[in-house]
Amino acid sequence: MKKLLLMVAIAAVAFMSCKKEDAGEITGSGTLNFEFENVVGNQPLVLTTQNYTNTKGESYKVDMFKYYVSNIQLLKADGSIYNVPESYFLIDQSDASTLKPSLSNLPAGDYTKISYTIGVDSARNFAGAQTGVLAPEKAMFWSWNSGYVFVKMEGTSPTSTAANHNLIFHIGGASATVNAIRKVSFNIDPNILRIRTDKSPIIHFKADVAAMFNGKQNISFATYNSMHGGLPALIIADNYAQGMFSLDHIHN
Amino acid sequence: MKKITTFLIVGCIIFLISCAKDKDLNKFLSIEIPAGFPQPVYQFTNNQPTQKGFDLGRMLFYDQGLSKDGTVSCGDCHQQFAGFGNLDHATSHGVDNCFGKRNAPVLFNLTFKDNFFLDGGVTNLELAPLNAMTDPCEMANDLNKILVYLKSKPEYQQAFQKAFDSDEITSQKMFRALAQFQGMMISADSKYDQVKAKTAQFTDQELRGYQLFSAKCASCHKEPLFSDNSFRNNGLDITSLDLGRSTITSLASDDGKFKVPTLRNVEVSRPYMHDGRFKTLEQVLDHYQNNIKPNKNLDPLLKQDLALTDTYKADIIAFLKTLTDLTFLKNPKYSEE
Repeated sequence: MKKLLLMVAIAAVAFMSCKKEDAGEITGSGTLNFEFENVVGNQPLVLTTQNYTNTKGESYKVDMFKYYVSNIQLLKADGSIYNVPESYFLIDQSDASTLKPSLSNLPAGDYTKISYTIGVDSARNFAGAQTGVLAPEKAMFWSWNSGYVFVKMEGTSPTSTAANHNLIFHIGGASATVNAIRKVSFNIDPNILRIRTDKSPIIHFKADVAAMFNGKQNISFATYNSMHGGLPALIIADNYAQGMFSLDHIHN
Repeated sequence: MKKITTFLIVGCIIFLISCAKDKDLNKFLSIEIPAGFPQPVYQFTNNQPTQKGFDLGRMLFYDQGLSKDGTVSCGDCHQQFAGFGNLDHATSHGVDNCFGKRNAPVLFNLTFKDNFFLDGGVTNLELAPLNAMTDPCEMANDLNKILVYLKSKPEYQQAFQKAFDSDEITSQKMFRALAQFQGMMISADSKYDQVKAKTAQFTDQELRGYQLFSAKCASCHKEPLFSDNSFRNNGLDITSLDLGRSTITSLASDDGKFKVPTLRNVEVSRPYMHDGRFKTLEQVLDHYQNNIKPNKNLDPLLKQDLALTDTYKADIIAFLKTLTDLTFLKNPKYSEE
């Protein structure tokens, strides 16, 4: 009987320690799926046909909306950071296949915060000919002033004084004098992003075109309608750093 | 039996020879840094030149098919006999009879430069050709169309396969092959270089010219590259129509500044200045003596009287002609096949 008790005790201890290990150490690797839903304010983004209105009351249409999301960082509750290597997304509203990228081989774990760069890190801007989404034929690279266009919005507005009432906002710059690199962070709390070998959560972001033109500085298309990098582009970068991206929800 | 043995031996020898030849073509080409030159900026990282890569780069460089309408190659505006500049063209002649706004720069000793073009807008040798390929006044093409073109040509399929051991044609490989070809263009065998190496001697006039040059010109046109790679305003206009460097930096203090050009092969690469306004070296020196305009960003070094007498000018020009490197200008390895 004593023996039996001892065995039960040992079994219980073993069981408990087992359980403890399960809770503390999540091993293996998994996949994180992203969804980028492009919107204008509280309306869905519809290219070329839909009229929108900026904060100055000026009507506009969007013909093109493309942007880089890169250098994704995942943070755990304990403060440890995982920098996802080679994480570069090019999201293009006109190409549905780009709207749901994913990252695989991420260490399984419970993550409470995610950050990324809107655009491309300085090093890659100057590193020579690249491949994949960073290849220059993606038309997001300036040939005459080396570097990536981080966010590209084109459209029209009756208010625009440019030829054909065009809106051309090519925002970028990674040099000492014009640095448009902006980083954004999102707390996942109180929810938790659970990446497991057998669980691939979905993280759903909204990207608001309108946030390029309001926030830190509300702009009029009579004043700004054509940008190809340079100092004025920083006005837009500061705007979109504030409010373009929002973490809408996650599915664990 | 004897026949078979002979056959086998001959066969083996042929096999070995062809193998050796192939190996040679795959071997990394050595990049010799001329005496006194700085360390290269473009280090060929992940892009070690091979003969096959270099050959592909040359094939691309001379192919008009890379332009929008198949009429303009890199080599059309970068002519070897002109130091790969564009002789007698103030600005280059692109597709659709379009003339660009700036004089085509010479191409050599490029691995020693940390930026390219007169405004320094491009910072990596690999991506310098992208500018010319896509500029509406140069080759006016679209990279995707260039890739379709390259993929459609069996000779390119073969050449890419040979150069990169893969049948996939990408823009990165195209740019890397071009960087191999252009990066290997070294000009360092002019009379000046031979004098430095003590295998030749300056004439009295050339020597006087060199001394004058050292005193009056060399702080910007710094040896041995004959440029300090800086951006300066040299007083061509009170207000520069072309903003030059500030189009890149957005700094008003860079308005009207342009890259100090190398003076190697300057004798054969006329016309001069960013817009090609001067046809002769005499005109250039006259400008520095008599016509410096008080641009707001005029270089401080040009605010003093350079005291260039006619004799001094003639001496300096005699020296500048010792920078002509015929070995380079006539080297068949850089020529169209």
